[in-house]
Amino acid sequence: MKELSLNILDITENSVKAKATLVEIAIEENDDILTIAVTDNGIGMTEQTLLSVTNPFYTTRTTRKVGLGIPLLKFAAEQTGGGIEIVSKHVYKYPKEHGTRIFAKFFKKHIDFTPLGDVISSIVTLVQGHPDVDFVFKHTHPQKNLSVLFDTREVREVLEGIPLDSFEILTWIKDNLTEQYAQGQ
Amino acid sequence: MKSLAELQAIKEKMKSKIVLREGSGEIRVVVGMATCGIAAGARPVLNAFVEEVNNAGLYDKVTVTQTGCVGLCQLEPIVEVYEAGKEKVTYVKMTSDKVKEVVEKHLKNGNIVTEYTVASVN
Ligand SMILES: Nc1ncnc2c1ncn2[C@@H]1O[C@H](COP(=O)(O)OP(=O)(O)O)[C@@H](O)[C@H]1O
Ligand SMILES: [Mg+2]
Repeated sequence: MKELSLNILDITENSVKAKATLVEIAIEENDDILTIAVTDNGIGMTEQTLLSVTNPFYTTRTTRKVGLGIPLLKFAAEQTGGGIEIVSKHVYKYPKEHGTRIFAKFFKKHIDFTPLGDVISSIVTLVQGHPDVDFVFKHTHPQKNLSVLFDTREVREVLEGIPLDSFEILTWIKDNLTEQYAQGQ
Repeated sequence: MKSLAELQAIKEKMKSKIVLREGSGEIRVVVGMATCGIAAGARPVLNAFVEEVNNAGLYDKVTVTQTGCVGLCQLEPIVEVYEAGKEKVTYVKMTSDKVKEVVEKHLKNGNIVTEYTVASVN
């Protein structure tokens, strides 16, 4: 992937596919490190799935074909000296508090660090594709005075039933995020 | 600041419009957003469709949606156009530049842009 924001989009699509109703995307940065955490309340992974997504050698002949999304994120993180961690609680074992958290850590000064890119575009794309799912987006970089916070639940409350994927609303979301980014420096 | 107060104002303006928009979606544009699609550039293609469909005033007629279904990696970004009573049209290796043309020629005027379809690649 050319931008980490594309990995974020792809990883969050997994959450939506896992029937999450709420997904939190949190980016925390300082001058040296960037971390991404995607946390959802979806159905979670079984222990077997968890093993197969974190360990590429785990695949047995009976396992279905492995996906690309998580390995790509893992590769992007590891090539900077960082890595990923996945915690998941499957609905069978945890009927009440199921969900998945994928955490990735990147060293920004490493030559193989992939830039974050257009994260606003990824958020707008997620809302366009999944207007009924709630997304919380946070991006902080204290040294740059950056503290972006966006929550579709607040938007939904104001809209009283108007779909979030309406063009006017998507434009408002894009403008809102653009202005929040402009306030940092 | 694009505040929630501003959002409130947009909502009030839209309330009347929404009624008019019901019964829409004669044409469905589906953009493939699985990993390969995203890596190949599906995000700008999707957003270009959303924007161009709106600019062309086609929001009553055209719905733009996403699918997570895995397409063919070498042909991504892939876009399918469904229209009642017509055969599905599959556009491959899409870019945002091509989107403008597809919206104008195909979605607006009903002429398939053959050179971008999967048929012309094979
Ligand atoms: N957030 C999640 N919740 C539940 N299962 C997940 C989640 N993310 C990934 N998975 C599981 O891990 C698998 C591999 O994910 P990924 O590497 O993105 O490939 P793909 O999405 O193409 O299958 C998924 O098919 C799914 O079974
Ligand atoms: Mg995936």
